[in-house]
Amino acid sequence: MEDLKNIVESLLFVADSPLTIDQLRQVLDLAEGKPIREVLRTLSEEYDTRKGAFYLDEVAGGFQLRTRPAYHEWIKRLLKPSPVRLSQPALETLAIIAYKQPIIRSDIEHLRGVDSGGVLRMLMEKRLIRVLGRKEIPGRPLIYATTKHFLEVFDLRDLGELPTVREIESTGTGEPESGQGEPRSNPEAAE
Amino acid sequence: MAIDFNSQKDPDASAHAAYEVRLEQVFEGPMDLLIHLIKKNEVDIYDIPIALITDQFLAYIDLMKSLNIDLAGDFIVMAATLAQIKSRMLLPVHDGETEEEDPRMEIARPLVAFLQMKTAAESLADRSLLGQHIFTRPQTPERPKPDPGGEMIKVGLIELIDAFQKILERTPKSHRVDLTEDTLSIKDRISQLVDILERKSTISLDELLPDPSGKQEVIITFLAILEMAKLSLISIAQHVQSGIIRLFYQ
Repeated sequence: MEDLKNIVESLLFVADSPLTIDQLRQVLDLAEGKPIREVLRTLSEEYDTRKGAFYLDEVAGGFQLRTRPAYHEWIKRLLKPSPVRLSQPALETLAIIAYKQPIIRSDIEHLRGVDSGGVLRMLMEKRLIRVLGRKEIPGRPLIYATTKHFLEVFDLRDLGELPTVREIESTGTGEPESGQGEPRSNPEAAE
Repeated sequence: MAIDFNSQKDPDASAHAAYEVRLEQVFEGPMDLLIHLIKKNEVDIYDIPIALITDQFLAYIDLMKSLNIDLAGDFIVMAATLAQIKSRMLLPVHDGETEEEDPRMEIARPLVAFLQMKTAAESLADRSLLGQHIFTRPQTPERPKPDPGGEMIKVGLIELIDAFQKILERTPKSHRVDLTEDTLSIKDRISQLVDILERKSTISLDELLPDPSGKQEVIITFLAILEMAKLSLISIAQHVQSGIIRLFYQ
């Protein structure tokens, strides 16, 4: 099945967004995804052993050829991309949405302690977040969630690949709900 | 980075000048300021010396006022919360009373959540970013894909309303007032439209409202489209010759 490998590789080469197993299966007219998955694994290993400019990235629920970070300076000289740098407030807001989605604006602002309207609009324009709908509570606030584009930009397979909040909690503190009148639970928490 | 909170008691001209130089760090919100104070004083987040922190917090607010910087209401709210916690700390706890939680937890818990999110934001920022460190074949911008030779213009509200009038005229008229319940909410319609647009990336207004739609459906769809345009989820354009209005997913 050497042929299948080349076909899949050619599809990956021309695709402008991550290809899912399902998409590949439909194009190749195959009943199951197992051979495709095997071929993808072989390709990925080949790229790794070759140590060339590309690698096969599993991202946003699909597979995509991407350049290795080592060459980004050169690529930037060619493409002159507009910087995707996000400000600190934008990153914080994005992190809150990523971890707590679906979430409404007032909950975001409660966590951050500041108005977040402008930041939300900016994230929306950058297609990193989207509106899922409105929550049926007074005021019918908008519900926000991250987009597939967010996964692509941050190189995430899916939302499950985000470090779990529990991991983060352990770096902060494992404060139980009750409090138990034992405030000095973690001296490192102020760090 | 550090702001001297003690020297601001004597507001003479030279002190003023000194402040302006020092004002490197402007806190985005009250939480940032609190974290800064906690770090500066090297105290435990669960054992905040509330009187000290409150004083320094208020000193910062005064400083901001003396510099004529508009403070967001958030800072005032936080100052009030701190003052309230401080006063609750002063109340004696009698034996036999149900053991109450340390009032400072009210501030410690959101601070911990805030720090968690800061850590999360840092870990996001540390990733290799697409378009920055990693590159891939750029997405071909095929969005405004009008029929060949066609020219699209951005439509204004008037054109939209005109188009709507036409669709409304097509809907069956009935003289009775129908008091049945809403079958479809705008929220539901928005998510339906997002689904359609994610599949097709563009759709014409007429396609969304085939002939026999009821008045209510038409109105809900219209409101949903307006809402989506307002949220810049979609852009709306009209074909110059045919007058067909299309929605484009951003």
